[in-house]
Amino acid sequence: MGALDTRPIGASWGGSRSAAEVRLEDLRRIYGSTTALDGLNITIHAGELVALLGPSGCGKTTALRLVAGLEDADGGQVVIDGRDVTHLPASRRDTGMVFQAYSLFPHMTAQENVGFGLRMRKVGQAERRQRAGEMLELVGLSTQADRYAHQLSGGQQQRVALARALAIRPSVLLLDEPLSALDARVRSQLRDEIRRVQREVGITTLFVTHDQEEALAIADRVGVMRAGRLEQMGPPTAIYSRPATPFVAEFVGLTNRLAGVVNGGAVDVRGVRLPLIATDTPDGPAVALVRPEAVSLAPATESSNGLLSGTVIAVSFLGAVSRLTVDLGDTTVLVQIPTADATAHPGGSRVRIALRQDPVLITRDGSPGKP
Amino acid sequence: MNRHRRRRLAAFKTVVYVVLGLFFLLPIAAMVEFATRGVGLTSPRTLVAFTSIGSDPELVDAITASLELAVITSVGMLALLLPTMIWVRLRLPRMARPVELLCLTPLTIPAIVLVVGFAPIYNWIEINVSDSILTLAFAYLILVLPYCYRALDAGLSAVDIRTLSEAARSLGASWGTVMWRVIVPNMSSAVSNACLLCVAVVLGEFTVANLLNFENLQVAISILGTGNARDSIALAVLSLVFVFFFLLVLSFLGRALSRRRGGRARA
Amino acid sequence: MRRPLGGRLRISTTWLGAAPFLAYTGLFLALPTVLVAVGAFSGPHGPTLANLAQLSQPYVVSAFVNSLVLSAVSSGVGAVVGAVLAYAVATGSPDGIMRRLVTALCGVLSQFGGVTLAFAFIATIGTEGFIVIWLQQHGITFYPNGVWLFSLTGLTLIYVYFQIPLMVIVFMPALDGIRPQWREATETLGGATWHYWRHVAGPLLLPAFLGAWLLLFANAFSAYATAAALLDIGGVIVPLQISRALSSEVGLNQASFAAALALGMVVVVAIITVLYARLQRRSARWLPR
Repeated sequence: MGALDTRPIGASWGGSRSAAEVRLEDLRRIYGSTTALDGLNITIHAGELVALLGPSGCGKTTALRLVAGLEDADGGQVVIDGRDVTHLPASRRDTGMVFQAYSLFPHMTAQENVGFGLRMRKVGQAERRQRAGEMLELVGLSTQADRYAHQLSGGQQQRVALARALAIRPSVLLLDEPLSALDARVRSQLRDEIRRVQREVGITTLFVTHDQEEALAIADRVGVMRAGRLEQMGPPTAIYSRPATPFVAEFVGLTNRLAGVVNGGAVDVRGVRLPLIATDTPDGPAVALVRPEAVSLAPATESSNGLLSGTVIAVSFLGAVSRLTVDLGDTTVLVQIPTADATAHPGGSRVRIALRQDPVLITRDGSPGKP
Repeated sequence: MNRHRRRRLAAFKTVVYVVLGLFFLLPIAAMVEFATRGVGLTSPRTLVAFTSIGSDPELVDAITASLELAVITSVGMLALLLPTMIWVRLRLPRMARPVELLCLTPLTIPAIVLVVGFAPIYNWIEINVSDSILTLAFAYLILVLPYCYRALDAGLSAVDIRTLSEAARSLGASWGTVMWRVIVPNMSSAVSNACLLCVAVVLGEFTVANLLNFENLQVAISILGTGNARDSIALAVLSLVFVFFFLLVLSFLGRALSRRRGGRARA
Repeated sequence: MRRPLGGRLRISTTWLGAAPFLAYTGLFLALPTVLVAVGAFSGPHGPTLANLAQLSQPYVVSAFVNSLVLSAVSSGVGAVVGAVLAYAVATGSPDGIMRRLVTALCGVLSQFGGVTLAFAFIATIGTEGFIVIWLQQHGITFYPNGVWLFSLTGLTLIYVYFQIPLMVIVFMPALDGIRPQWREATETLGGATWHYWRHVAGPLLLPAFLGAWLLLFANAFSAYATAAALLDIGGVIVPLQISRALSSEVGLNQASFAAALALGMVVVVAIITVLYARLQRRSARWLPR
């Protein structure tokens, strides 16, 4: 991959230029009879990296493309750095975009690709070369400057694409699932690199992905989307620990669905009283969404509460942690514990589960079942 | 794409389609108009030209001959080319390039040149084998090679014949079974494609037939045209329409066949 | 001890599989080609260069020139117009009815030139053609300076008619290989439509375009049927010269002359094919299928 250059380039990034704020106001986009975006409101603060996360078809890519100007909005506005750019074509919006794949011009070398945007801005050849060279160094590919796209690996191509987008020093960086077409190992390395570059340069960034691990790892704030609407927007920890809706709870991370009863601002689940995220939830039967890591195990004893005892029916070794499936008789529960502790509970052993007192989300749709 | 560009593109497409549509359809419409003219400028339209085709024995012979040639060439092409291509893919990969080159040669050596070399060969055939027009099939098979090769090659590429044949062989199938019962059914759209291309080329062929002094469909139209413009144009219209619908069916058939078989396996 | 014999036998049965095909193409493809090459050099008293020398006669040279000009003009016009039409089709939906219709129509028209087409044009702008009569009824003379349909000019126009569909068929895959991301990347980098064509799509499509143009050139150069149906057997272009030589009653001499002409044609087309292959390779590297 080449040594990563860690020199700060903030100084060469136009010096006094401050990062731009991006606002999506009430954005609407309709394709025929489908509403891809239904009044989206997001503010991306200057220098922030916001990840839009959601399943395919949720509208996250559409939102990104509206910011880029590659498609026209049917309603609402896009405001970049205080300027309403909604009716500007993509070529005049001062955004840089990294596509999912195949976006490098095949008939140009890496250096020529990176310098392309500068060429559009009538920058002279010598200066173009120099700035392209700087950008390639920034992403650690200065040795590949004269290679063509088909001679570079997928990860290298995306780095060139990133350098190309940044070479024009845009106000906003837009990334459309840039890691989805890459191998797992390359993905995590490149992810960290994108974050490093983004921080170093201090550019306002919108990152679209369907991979929740990616979103949580890389973003300052995460926006979870579904069916054209924003379900929740907040820091990764909030999205994970305090999901606002059942969809968010189940899309981000794994959840157990356990039947219970809400009364008095807490929920009774299998004899355990768990606090609620939303303390004003009305009483009545409900399904509690419990994270696997909030469940712990101990060997079963004769006096164990029947509702909380069961048998380990499956063990998944995931390296540092292990996931065990415990059959409680009327339902199964996923438990995530450090592997060292998991060895005490092999398949077939009788165990007792305990639920940590984390505030949980409840849902009243659907039935309790396998997570 | 934004709205502005979409609208400009739509306008551009409309202009292109209308202008070129006129350019291409006008001569065909003119042919139909010509073919339905009555005698004298004020006579009503008539289909006499079309109906009289059936009553001219020479024409009927020519049409029949062309149709028979089309069938013979298709069958011959399949019998010769298909097993060879499958065999080369499975057992003789080194021959792949030479076979491809051979099949594409007729594009470099056009019919007008080949026919010069065919002349002495066909003299021999006329004396020693047969003087029937159907011997043209020998030459036609060569002429259709480039088109049919490409069609069959595309079909073979879409099916993993190596895996299929290995699986069939391990279950005890002979090479014949492998070819006809395992591989070919999986490329039915490519096979029908190749056959229909054969038919189109054979029905439209003029050069070789003309210079070897055979009277096939196109030669018949040309001969007829020197005397009776109207009737020959009627025949031309018929053959054009026939092949056009043939090829249209081809595109829909190919799609339907591949869909029914589940299309290509996704990697 | 069985092994070596068995191995050798197995190899030869494998090669047997390709034998029918090789035998057939040997007989009906290689042999005619050889006969042409040999015929070009054979005379009544043995091998000779006399036939080739005949190629330098003025009427032969002018036939070659006419063929080349005819091919250049018809392929040039066909390439440009065909590229435009292909672009219109390629930007539509890949499954749409328009695309299928146009592709089928192009398939027929590129193949089915020749006699039918010549007659179609006679029916359209011949002396009693549809357009001529219609314009006459409105007081306009279509042929103020004499009928040009039955000349090289008319032939060129008719050639364009099947060159355009051929261009669509040959050039379309290249257009399909253009990824939408390239256009979008150009836009986000600040390039407008003109920049896109000048710096991205143009250079990428140029090899394929030139290659297709060459193919059209070779196609026009080799065409015979339309000319035969339209013009007198005269011999104003090379294919007609060949047919005149073949159907002449003067026997062997003329057959060798036809072979010499044919050899000349092969040389021209072979050069074009080599150039075409080079361009195809470059285009295939950049534009995925």
